[in-house]
Amino acid sequence: MNDANKLLRASEQIGTSKKQIPSGIDVPSEKQFSLPSELPNVLPIQSIEQECSDIKTFYFRYKMNFKPGQFVMVWIPRLDEKPFTISYHNEDSFGISVQEKGRFTKALFAMKPGDKVGFRGPYGNSFKLFDSVSDSAKTIVIGGGCGAAPIAPLIDALSVNKKSAPKVIIGARSKANLIYAKRFPDSTFVTDDGSFGKKAFTTDALNELLQSGFKPDMVYTCGPEIMMKKVVDICIENDIPCQASLERYMKCGFGVCGQCVCGKKRVCIDGPVFEKEELVKISDFGKFTRQKTGEKTPI
Amino acid sequence: MNELKINLCGISMKNPLILASGILGVSNEYFKTLEENGAGAVVIKSISREPRSGHPNPVILAYEAGLMNAVGYSNPGLDIAKEEFSKITVKIPVIASIIGSEPKDFEYMAKNFLHDGFAAVEIPLSCPHTPGFGTLAGQGTPQATTAITKAVRKHTKLPIIVKLSPNIDSIGTVAQAAEKAGADAISACNTLGPGMVINIETAKPFLDFKVGGVSGPALRPIAVRCVYDIFKSVKIPIIGIGGVTTGRDAIEMMMAGASAVGLGTAVYYRGVGVFNKIAEEMSDWLKENNYTNVSEIIGVAHE
Ligand SMILES: Cc1cc2nc3c(=O)[nH]c(=O)nc-3n(C[C@H](O)[C@H](O)[C@H](O)COP(=O)(O)OP(=O)(O)OC[C@H]3O[C@@H](n4cnc5c(N)ncnc54)[C@H](O)[C@@H]3O)c2cc1C
Ligand SMILES: Cc1cc2nc3c(=O)[nH]c(=O)nc-3n(C[C@H](O)[C@H](O)[C@H](O)COP(=O)(O)O)c2cc1C
Ligand code: FES
Repeated sequence: MNDANKLLRASEQIGTSKKQIPSGIDVPSEKQFSLPSELPNVLPIQSIEQECSDIKTFYFRYKMNFKPGQFVMVWIPRLDEKPFTISYHNEDSFGISVQEKGRFTKALFAMKPGDKVGFRGPYGNSFKLFDSVSDSAKTIVIGGGCGAAPIAPLIDALSVNKKSAPKVIIGARSKANLIYAKRFPDSTFVTDDGSFGKKAFTTDALNELLQSGFKPDMVYTCGPEIMMKKVVDICIENDIPCQASLERYMKCGFGVCGQCVCGKKRVCIDGPVFEKEELVKISDFGKFTRQKTGEKTPI
Repeated sequence: MNELKINLCGISMKNPLILASGILGVSNEYFKTLEENGAGAVVIKSISREPRSGHPNPVILAYEAGLMNAVGYSNPGLDIAKEEFSKITVKIPVIASIIGSEPKDFEYMAKNFLHDGFAAVEIPLSCPHTPGFGTLAGQGTPQATTAITKAVRKHTKLPIIVKLSPNIDSIGTVAQAAEKAGADAISACNTLGPGMVINIETAKPFLDFKVGGVSGPALRPIAVRCVYDIFKSVKIPIIGIGGVTTGRDAIEMMMAGASAVGLGTAVYYRGVGVFNKIAEEMSDWLKENNYTNVSEIIGVAHE
């Protein structure tokens, strides 16, 4: 939330802010008075699914007001707090798909159902969707590696019925790193080493689709920034609208600290999803990221 | 909006609203965004000699009365910051902010970082959550304030703004020490505390550093009182900072004695567009109350 009436709007939620939490979680009763704040909510892990060798999905029972593309800040007390996109969402639960990397994700991987983690959010803008079913059918969605996580709820939202389903391209280094093959079986799968689907890059699959005569109204993408840069370049060449979801080191998540600044934008609140027209103006896109100290380093 | 034009120790500003240090002030390119959103001036995020990662996350939390932060002065350090800010590319005044543990660190930073492109330099002697700096390094005393201000004065002709902590009991005395040592303005104040907020489900403080400086609405009445006290003690102008979120808050701060107003946490509540919004609110209020320029209200609460 980001406007003049934030305090006011927040105060309208007094006393009702706890309503969203499903039964089974130990929270104060609804009648208990509480002032609005944006502190993490602590939730137990409901279940865990191994997606591939280095990615697991963690599910939580919680009714989250969420739009595809948004992320949450995940807190493990006394360890750290990191951003993760919501990769799974329905009426009363949500999930995050996490790739094992360093200290924080290793700690998450060691957790079991019932263990508790904190959440705040959801934060950020979201992918812009089409209203009409036929338009959704003319979209292409491209996920590379763990970048398939943010686009998964987008595919769900675009696929209201079979007719509206977008064309999906999911790629990874190899079979061991590829996710959602069962969740979106109709997708085009590509791997760098050919161990699953075609031996190709996602951009090859995109070019092939465009050459086959398919004229999309929109291309959505998330993945390694070098890949997204190539996708955006292809979309510029072919005059196709495009949206990409960026990643930057994050601290506050709500637009105050400056850590995620990328050109003239903040990724946490102006993004993470940017349209082609904005991306061409973001001088850092595809080139520079910003470390924890604020130092800019090449991507 | 001529009624908002001010002059702060020789720096002319289109309005008295200054982006406070540590909020978004990371690059020239982002200053452009702040300029477009109506900031009268900006202060860069504080820079130390060595790069600093700051404390681990969570470093900021939003509780019901404002923000609490223990960012821990993360910054890329002198060499990289010098490159970033070697040329100022916006039209609005850009104020440097340098930090250190000892007077000699400030001296080194003043000598090696500052240049004429900056409109002024701010020295925060007041951070409550970073070991080795600010109040945790005893920088809030008249003696330390004198020594550090003099050390910076040796190496720069830029106006020096000394930033004080709201925790200081007799803040007027410290402001006087700064004035005597050659400071051109006082900014009051930095964050308050530190404070602590505990998650009761896990029985753990939310912030990884456990404690953090309090800003936003919780700080406002204290900041207003600090400005009021300092106004009585010194002749140099004051930048009033702490919880200013609306045009009325800014007017209040100036009535207490501030010549300009810093905005930090207001960006959280109202977005980066907050500068234009508050400027407009101030302007409307001034017109309704028959003032021709905002300077006319400085310190009127003392009359
Ligand atoms: C908006 C957004 C959405 C994300 N969504 C997902 C997701 O759905 N699934 C997933 O597996 N990962 C996601 N990430 C990346 C995830 O935050 C990092 O993988 C995680 O922080 C790594 O932490 P670590 O301690 O395990 O590894 P580390 O060894 O500490 O870091 C590995 C790399 O992760 C990145 N990283 C570390 N800390 C942060 C931070 N605070 N903010 C941003 N990046 C950081 C850095 O690039 C770093 O080089 C997302 C990042 C952003 C910004
Ligand atoms: C996230 C955050 C980071 C800050 N970092 C700095 C800093 O680096 N240097 C500094 O002098 N003050 C820093 N401050 C203090 C602010 O500049 C300001 O004095 C304080 O927040 C009170 O103003 P506000 O209530 O308008 O936020 C920081 C404040 C916040 C909230
Ligand atoms: S993470 Fe703090 S501004 Fe984006």
